[in-house]
Amino acid sequence: MNTDVLFAAIDINKLLGTTLRSSINVQSAAFALGAVGLNMHYGFTGLLNVGMVAFMAAGSYGMAMVFTQGFLGGGILMGALFGLIFATVIALLIGIPALRLRGDYLAIVTIAIGEVMRIGFRSDKLLWLTGGPFGLPSIEDRGQGVSLADRVGRDWNPLWDTDNPTKRLGFWELTFDAKTIWLMIIGWTAVFLCSIFIWRLIQSPWGRVVKAIREDEDAARALGKNVFSYKMQSLIIGGVIGAMAGILRTWDTGFVETQQFRPQTTFFIWTVLILGGAASKWGPVIGAFVFWFILTIAEEALRQVVDSGWIPEWFIDSSDVGRVRLIMMGLMLAALMIWRPQGILGKKEEALLDVR
Amino acid sequence: MSGKFAADKADFPTSGPRVDVLGADPRPGSSKPDSILSVRGVSRSFGGLKAVDVEALEVQRGVITAFIGPNGAGKTTFFNLLTGFDEADTGQWSFEGRELSNKASHLIAQDGMVRTFQLTKSLGKMTVMDNMLLGAPNQLGERLSMSLLRGAWRKQEAAIRAKAEELLQRFNMVHMQDEYAATLSGGQRKLLEMARALMADPALILLDEPMAGVNPALVQSLLQHVEALRDDGVSVLFIEHDMDVIMGISDWIVVLAEGQIIAEGTPAQVSKNPVVIDAYLGTNTAAPAADGAQAESDVAPGEGNS
Repeated sequence: MNTDVLFAAIDINKLLGTTLRSSINVQSAAFALGAVGLNMHYGFTGLLNVGMVAFMAAGSYGMAMVFTQGFLGGGILMGALFGLIFATVIALLIGIPALRLRGDYLAIVTIAIGEVMRIGFRSDKLLWLTGGPFGLPSIEDRGQGVSLADRVGRDWNPLWDTDNPTKRLGFWELTFDAKTIWLMIIGWTAVFLCSIFIWRLIQSPWGRVVKAIREDEDAARALGKNVFSYKMQSLIIGGVIGAMAGILRTWDTGFVETQQFRPQTTFFIWTVLILGGAASKWGPVIGAFVFWFILTIAEEALRQVVDSGWIPEWFIDSSDVGRVRLIMMGLMLAALMIWRPQGILGKKEEALLDVR
Repeated sequence: MSGKFAADKADFPTSGPRVDVLGADPRPGSSKPDSILSVRGVSRSFGGLKAVDVEALEVQRGVITAFIGPNGAGKTTFFNLLTGFDEADTGQWSFEGRELSNKASHLIAQDGMVRTFQLTKSLGKMTVMDNMLLGAPNQLGERLSMSLLRGAWRKQEAAIRAKAEELLQRFNMVHMQDEYAATLSGGQRKLLEMARALMADPALILLDEPMAGVNPALVQSLLQHVEALRDDGVSVLFIEHDMDVIMGISDWIVVLAEGQIIAEGTPAQVSKNPVVIDAYLGTNTAAPAADGAQAESDVAPGEGNS
């Protein structure tokens, strides 16, 4: 088999277009936002939060409940606000018992809370509120019967053009519909602002204490710092940013269901953070971009090659592609950990200092 | 503070042990003329083992008090109890008249009783300067609500930084201020930890084996720093194993064995005290005395209570 056939099989424009489109899409922004929150927890404070989905679920379901049930007057902004408050409550629920204990306990509690929330929301008893196992397939405003997708994409969207609802904006292969562009702007702006916000916090004396806690809690305590209080503040700040990620994702998909909040999502967000570099300013952003880039380019290239018949079907067929791309992501991550443990943007010196 | 380059030997007052401690009663648990810390009936058990069982102890203000005792005597556990890093089963203690019993560790530090650790806790991934800045109490910028308002804490930060530079100067570390603490040697980390604790202007500083693992050349300068602290009016309480160090700089020695205070006194008094020699020095210096020492230490607690 010669390589000419292989190159003929790949449509470079389509490959790069699809890949870049997904790298800057709303989902990518949501992952970046989740990683910014996790960076606050893990990167700067050293909190092992393995339940970022709990905060995302709080944001998503909190927002969806208010929107569908019309609590507090309903509406997407009130819903989002409620989602953030819900995340704060979850942070307090996790933090009050678990932050007094050593790091590993927090990991156990957070992963458990994530699962408790996911399985709890699936309960038949909550069918009226969360849709139980069916989720809320189309989130509708009960008062006016407007779906969330319409509210976000049409009524609330300055880019919406009623005369031309299918209009696509952009250039080359990078075109998006009006709703997606609008949410990308909101999403990446939120990512940018949250990154700056956290960086400013970390550069302040407050951030100095938080980093000291990451290094050695007892040392911070011996210097008169209220470690519990700082860890709680960090957990809430990161959790609220995580909730924003959930809200953004739900605005994009227009529905919620519990399968969106499997632990896998938490591990993807960890991957994003580790790829980009924990404790760096823009690590989560680069990480999200690279994560989606690798995932999509692997999938798209493989699909094109498999479809052209260059790879025999007994080896990989088109239904395997989704799984193979995750294997490739795993290999990439393993390679990164071996040759660049600090991530793409992390400080090498800091990563090496760990070795005692 | 005794001059800018106080670390230079010549600048140090070589005062030797203070004379006024000689007036104190050299008996276990005796009261002191001007006590900064007083402890009553503090105990802590781990399972069946009573690690600390101190009937009474008073620590005098403005002197260097050493805690000595064989391994497992409960010195570090006692430190942990006093500073809130462990919870006492019974007992009260007060510091400058304020009750501290089982208060949270950070509140005890805020009250002016600051400790260091046997295994140095320098914050490796932070610079030496950041380590120092962290030591200062009551920083506005450390409040979340103020942290983004740079204008509100800039002045205070500058003052703290100046103070940190002065202290680093004194500890001969000013040239390392931008290096990660993890790159320092063991001895330098001990120095850094001590300097960091001093940022809080403590009234009493508790040093847990400040000389352990420090090279002999640095030990001399560390000792001078400790003496300089005393001469600046800071009370020092420290745990140490090196007898030369203890006899050299301490004004008062408290001897612990099996969790109890078995003797107190000036270095001269303690080194002549038969109880101490049997329970502690005897086991190290004269092997044949081992049996006798065992018998004596069984009797010693009774004497300690008298």
